[in-house]
Amino acid sequence: MIAEAGLACLWLAAALSLLQLLAGGFSLAGKGEQLASIIRPVAIVQGILVAIAFVMLIWLFLRTDLSVKLVAMNSHSAKPFLYKFAGTWGNHEGSMLLWVTIMGLSGSCIALLEKRLRSDTMIATLAAQAFVSIGFYAFLLFSSNPFERLPSPAPEGQGLNPLLQDPGLAFHPPTLYIGYVGLSVAFSFAVGALITRNVGPVFARAMRPWVLGAWIFLTLGITAGSYWAYYELGWGGWWFWDPVENASLMPWLAATALLHSVSVLATRGALRTWTIMLAVVAFSMSMVGTFLVRSGILTSVHAFAVDPERGSFILALLAIYIGGALALFAIRAVTIREGTRFSFFSREGALVLNNVLLTAILGIVLIGTLYPLLTEAMGTKVSVGPPYFNPVGAAFALPMLVVMAAGPLLRWRGDSGRKLLNMMALPALVAAVTLLLVVLFGGQIGILPLLGLILATGLAIASIIPLWRRNLLRTPLNIWGMVIAHMGIAVALFGMASESAFNQEVLVASQPGESHEVGPYTLTFNTIEPVAGPNWTALEANITAKVTASGKLDTLNPQSRNFSSPPTQTSEAALLTRWNGQLYVVLGEENVDGRWQLRLWWKPFVTFIWYGGLLIGLGGLLALIGRTVRDIKRRRHDMQDAQNAQAEEAAA
Amino acid sequence: MRLLVIITMFLGMVGMAVAQQSMPPAPYAYQQLDDPAQEAEAKALMETLRCLKCQSQSIADSDAPMAGDMRHQVRTRIAAGEDPEAIRAWLVERYGDWVSYAPTVSAVTWPLWAAPVILLLLALFLMRGRFRRAHTDDGKDS
Amino acid sequence: MTNWKLWLPFGLFALFFIVVAGGLISPSDRTITSKMIGKPLPEFNLPQAVQDRPALSTTDFTTGKPKLLNIFASWCVPCIAEAPHLQALTNAGAEINGVAIRDKPADVAAFLARNGNPYAKIGADNLSSVQLEIGSSGVPETFVVDGQGRITYQHIGDIRASDVPMLLEKLEEAR
Repeated sequence: MIAEAGLACLWLAAALSLLQLLAGGFSLAGKGEQLASIIRPVAIVQGILVAIAFVMLIWLFLRTDLSVKLVAMNSHSAKPFLYKFAGTWGNHEGSMLLWVTIMGLSGSCIALLEKRLRSDTMIATLAAQAFVSIGFYAFLLFSSNPFERLPSPAPEGQGLNPLLQDPGLAFHPPTLYIGYVGLSVAFSFAVGALITRNVGPVFARAMRPWVLGAWIFLTLGITAGSYWAYYELGWGGWWFWDPVENASLMPWLAATALLHSVSVLATRGALRTWTIMLAVVAFSMSMVGTFLVRSGILTSVHAFAVDPERGSFILALLAIYIGGALALFAIRAVTIREGTRFSFFSREGALVLNNVLLTAILGIVLIGTLYPLLTEAMGTKVSVGPPYFNPVGAAFALPMLVVMAAGPLLRWRGDSGRKLLNMMALPALVAAVTLLLVVLFGGQIGILPLLGLILATGLAIASIIPLWRRNLLRTPLNIWGMVIAHMGIAVALFGMASESAFNQEVLVASQPGESHEVGPYTLTFNTIEPVAGPNWTALEANITAKVTASGKLDTLNPQSRNFSSPPTQTSEAALLTRWNGQLYVVLGEENVDGRWQLRLWWKPFVTFIWYGGLLIGLGGLLALIGRTVRDIKRRRHDMQDAQNAQAEEAAA
Repeated sequence: MRLLVIITMFLGMVGMAVAQQSMPPAPYAYQQLDDPAQEAEAKALMETLRCLKCQSQSIADSDAPMAGDMRHQVRTRIAAGEDPEAIRAWLVERYGDWVSYAPTVSAVTWPLWAAPVILLLLALFLMRGRFRRAHTDDGKDS
Repeated sequence: MTNWKLWLPFGLFALFFIVVAGGLISPSDRTITSKMIGKPLPEFNLPQAVQDRPALSTTDFTTGKPKLLNIFASWCVPCIAEAPHLQALTNAGAEINGVAIRDKPADVAAFLARNGNPYAKIGADNLSSVQLEIGSSGVPETFVVDGQGRITYQHIGDIRASDVPMLLEKLEEAR
């Protein structure tokens, strides 16, 4: 019965979203004023219903109800609780249900919380949100029903792939999804504003928390995914420019640009068409990402369970929503007033430049990712990888980092170039010192890592200058957010550049008793012994890591695991994390002569990549809290003013 | 969604690795060259060559036996003093541009390299009006 | 802003749509074909793989008679499936030379004892060097080489019964 109840909730929610769209459409067309009043409640109930459907699916997974096809295909009664739970979205149908659930709940939130927008814009926004939801409901109900029953219950589930049985699964996909769907809300706001010709600061302030929220989740999702791949794939790589990785990076780039342009619109009333455009682009990148991952149109290491039919469905949705929104944009944008103008040397000027560069990087990633598809149509197979993305991306990213360092130091409206030069003196000095240190002690390193290190240190200093001579306790949270997020970029960049420049690799065939030096460590291979886990057996090496200089000891236990069903061999890397880097040890196969292959890496400051990602997310969170608190205060203030005015009137 | 299944392929590869275990890997598949400069050269090249048996990985981070044999080829050729780009050309001659992650400039790939320039020009073109207007408008801003 | 600029994003999207829809309608075939077809067989000189068959080198393909070069291995499952069809080719008069990839002599011998031995000569390619030289990306693969040692055709994957007449024809063409 649970499955049927879940399916019923899903159908009801779909019907309500249709009602939401129709009511919105009619009331906007002026053919039913009273219809407008039902939109908010309908949106709220729709969100609740789809959430119930999702809870039902989780319940089915927790109970391992093997009469449900999805559960039988993807779960197993003997699986640990966490993976039964996370297994709910570790498959196509479940993850799409998660998608519509987040979408429905965001709709409810807008309906409940958003009070500032003009009512017609609000109605148009909710109608747009419903319009987008309907497509995804149709996708679920007609082509990927998660609640489908088997004719007769399976005796046992097929289990979740061992490689997915990782805490990463519980965290990474939902985080990215919340980010993707958050961008759909920004999209709905943009469409609503276009339809009602109401693009202005109020609209930007209403949209901003959604963009910020989505951006925080995208940041965390990508950070988590990168770290997951780093420790799971066993070669110490953290970014491969793989199509699926690019698919998650593109929405982030668009959201980052949108985040900054929406601030310009909220503060100065400028960049109206541009902000609308970016909101559409950001959501289209979410959908393009989903499409690329699900359709299997491009090959990837992180290949999802792909299906061209589902791919066609998503592509059709993409054509309807994005094509439609872009056509609407082309027709309506003419009527948008461009808003306040500004000079080049101003905060806005820097933000525009940053936006243009971010968009260019986005363009490069998109073109590079899709290009093999284009040449294949012409009969030639090509591969586009790091040798393209790294230099071409850097050509735009490095200037962008300079703008990022300078932008926050500039005033809105206009500023003097000389003042900027004075303020940039310290960061420039620090960058120069870094250059000197690297040239003196760093050995031979590539030009890109070198530039990365220089810019990272310069940017780190520049990003805290906005706090200079401020009372730190009274500094608004959103300023703290900006400072920390920018600092996070510097930290992450430092980690990337340091790993590329100073990574030390040692591949050896070793036998117990032998020692090998890597980085500041001397590793001694002590023993190799069999160990057993719940659903695997493994050979585990015992390796002592001694800091060569100080003699401090640590133990590392890399494993070579064999899962029985399905028969799979994986290597579990052992990592030793220190503040200044990570020791990464992988146990390979046994050679004929009885020696074991060991892959050893010392990666200086590699963890900064993910610490940086966390800082960026934290910065976003502070900004979100800061903005929200400010909004609430402002609203209270307005209400108090109104009450005071009433009281005065009464007294008079 | 990325890692949400390294799986299908990875599994396929590992399965193969199990089947092929009878033979030890090629000598230079998991062994570095003695000369660090040469090893660095080889490593840089391997990171830009595509593994033939895998979905989307360089030969530098794949456990597939054939990737190991390709690493062996690269390292022995580098050790013999061959130029990395000559080795890349040697592979491209046999497998086509697909095998190299560094797209060459050719009749089909020039738009890829022109893309950044076009994007830059487009950006300048779209911003041109705005900033000039902004400069001339300075002072009498609305 | 002029009107056409506002339609620019729509135009770019349409372009994107055409590219990916094209890719979806005609899914790319994932095989990597050799670019050595039409070119002379590279120089190689492989050691003997099993006791009862001679070793293999490039000169074995420049005898004036077109031959097949079959890439196989004892650990390769489709190779078992194609073994009878290779035998059928041999019976029809084709000469097949084998290249055993990453294989031990004992394993190859056991494989041939179990599945039949259609090969005239077999070379052991323990480092996949010949495989890489001729642009082969998997096992099994079969190449047609003309009498002057020029590669004229590549068959990727195992040979099915229906491929036998086709390969005989390719051998005839290469004459």
